[in-house]
Amino acid sequence: MNWLLLLEQMLNGFQLGILLFLLAAGLTLVFGIMDLVNLAHGSLYMMGAYFCATFTGWTDSFLLGALLAIPATLILGILVEVIALRNLYARDHLDQVLATFGLILFFNEFVRLVWGPIGLDIPLPAFLNATVEIIPGAPYPTYRIAIIILGFLVAGLLYLLVSKTRMGMLIRAGASNRETIGALGVNIKLLFTMVFGLGAALAGLAGLMAGPILSVEIGMGDGILILTLVVIVIGGIGSIKGAFIAAIIVGLIDTVGRSFLPEFLDLFLAEDSAATAAPAISSMLIYILMALILAIRPQGLFPPKGVGR
Amino acid sequence: MSILTPRGIINSLLLIGLALVPFVTEAMGDSFYTGLISRILILSIAAISLNLLIGFGGMVSFGHAAYIGVGAYMVGIGAFHAFEDGIDWMLNGYVQLLGALLGSAIIALIIGAISLRTRGVYFIMITMAFSQMLYFTAVGVELYGADDGLSIYSRSDMLGLIDMSDEKSLYYLIFFSLLLILYFMHRLNGSHFGNIIRGTKSNEARMRSIGVSPYRYRLTAFVIAGTIAGYAGFLMANLNDFVSPDMMHWTRSGDLIIMIVLGGMGNLFGPLYGAVAFIMLEEVLSSIPLTVGGLRVGEYWQLIFGPMLILIVLYARNGIDSFLPGKARAS
Repeated sequence: MNWLLLLEQMLNGFQLGILLFLLAAGLTLVFGIMDLVNLAHGSLYMMGAYFCATFTGWTDSFLLGALLAIPATLILGILVEVIALRNLYARDHLDQVLATFGLILFFNEFVRLVWGPIGLDIPLPAFLNATVEIIPGAPYPTYRIAIIILGFLVAGLLYLLVSKTRMGMLIRAGASNRETIGALGVNIKLLFTMVFGLGAALAGLAGLMAGPILSVEIGMGDGILILTLVVIVIGGIGSIKGAFIAAIIVGLIDTVGRSFLPEFLDLFLAEDSAATAAPAISSMLIYILMALILAIRPQGLFPPKGVGR
Repeated sequence: MSILTPRGIINSLLLIGLALVPFVTEAMGDSFYTGLISRILILSIAAISLNLLIGFGGMVSFGHAAYIGVGAYMVGIGAFHAFEDGIDWMLNGYVQLLGALLGSAIIALIIGAISLRTRGVYFIMITMAFSQMLYFTAVGVELYGADDGLSIYSRSDMLGLIDMSDEKSLYYLIFFSLLLILYFMHRLNGSHFGNIIRGTKSNEARMRSIGVSPYRYRLTAFVIAGTIAGYAGFLMANLNDFVSPDMMHWTRSGDLIIMIVLGGMGNLFGPLYGAVAFIMLEEVLSSIPLTVGGLRVGEYWQLIFGPMLILIVLYARNGIDSFLPGKARAS
């Protein structure tokens, strides 16, 4: 086994995990507090990446583009909440799923109309487009390190926001019992809009950070949305802590599994059948993990307090 | 189901109209519509099976397209080996059909057994995730074309009983399958089993208190629905001469749910109307001749369809069913 490669893949796994966490945090809060299933969360991720690509083109600076794209996604999220989703809180999950599915269709087509069917590239500034030797002998892209550091930073800020501030207190109260905080005179409507905007901004951040690594293209949010759903199901819907741990686990297993499963299968399968089976099996790994966890704990690893069933 | 109600008459007229389709298109000299309506009917078979779960059982399964894919791949894989390796029995339509039904039933049994342990939004997300797992599995298998899918060079060989390559006989196979499945669902809904499935939707606690354990019934319904969807996949592969992972993508499952809601949930004919409406909307919206600023509006039809879907959910929740005369009935 190649230990350097393993370490490198683990870093890649952390980086995927961080991106998943940024998406899952917003999705799980929106679900936990407003009881809303928002399939269009992946669309906000995509819009964040497209905003960043456009602003980077205008300002000639990735950092400026990113700084502009975050508030842009936040405003877009608030608009979506006020125009469409606000009317869906009282509806059942099927209605929410359908309406937000409609939003996905709209956003994908909107992007095709505005930016065209061909994907975009976000060029990295020179200081991020280099490698560092964190592990001696294994140069690793600076940008990916930056993603990991920034992601942990945002996770820390989010933790402080949720556990130490008044808004965080309301968010936690809302996740446990939304009727009661409404009865106590909290402006629920405003809280909902703010939380949705926060979730949108986090999704946009994830999108713009992924932009330079993956390509910015139509439907880029549809695939990662499913991974995000797996994360929040494993972590327990409504729990930020659960989302963080599950995101890292899923990121690591998916990345490391994909690069080492072929070798692992070689141990007890004929070489060519291992080569055929490996890609299929490695893409199943995280779903098998999800199935196992649900078989033991149907409500996820860390369900929020008061949601026990 | 009495035929002599206004609703019954409309439903019967629709079926009679569908029975005449190949003759009408033949007279028009345009076989495009036979193919289009064949597609609508296959989708409505799949939507009818999903309606058993969503409409009657209250189980919002968001991965139903996966079973269509499993059924379709059985035809694709059979044709592939018959063509590449000369294994002739794999082209036998009955073997392929058996594979499609068994394969989708077993996969529905496994997915259902795990997913049905959960409720509500967890159930939605898990069925969705499992269908994506199958999608990625199909994408990962290089042998069967991975992303690009498989072209089917020779349709299922039904040993002379039905000529699958003939548009008209394939159409009638699909049409009579639809009739049979409608009748089966009608009988199923009127049965003890159907009562329990509907009962667990409206009040699970009450069903438990009269001594019914819903899990077994739900799982049975899940497997029945998956198997019928697998059959729809068998038909679909023969109609398209092509299978690809895209058939299983979770957005295809979303399309099926849209059909059910468009048609009106929880009644027998709803999914049929819904499938007709969905494909017609797609055809009509995508051929809007209007041009704005050099862009043809029809090319961006989902820009209209997306918001339309939201409006339907918000304001026309009962779908086409609410425009038909008479009261909707389960059976």
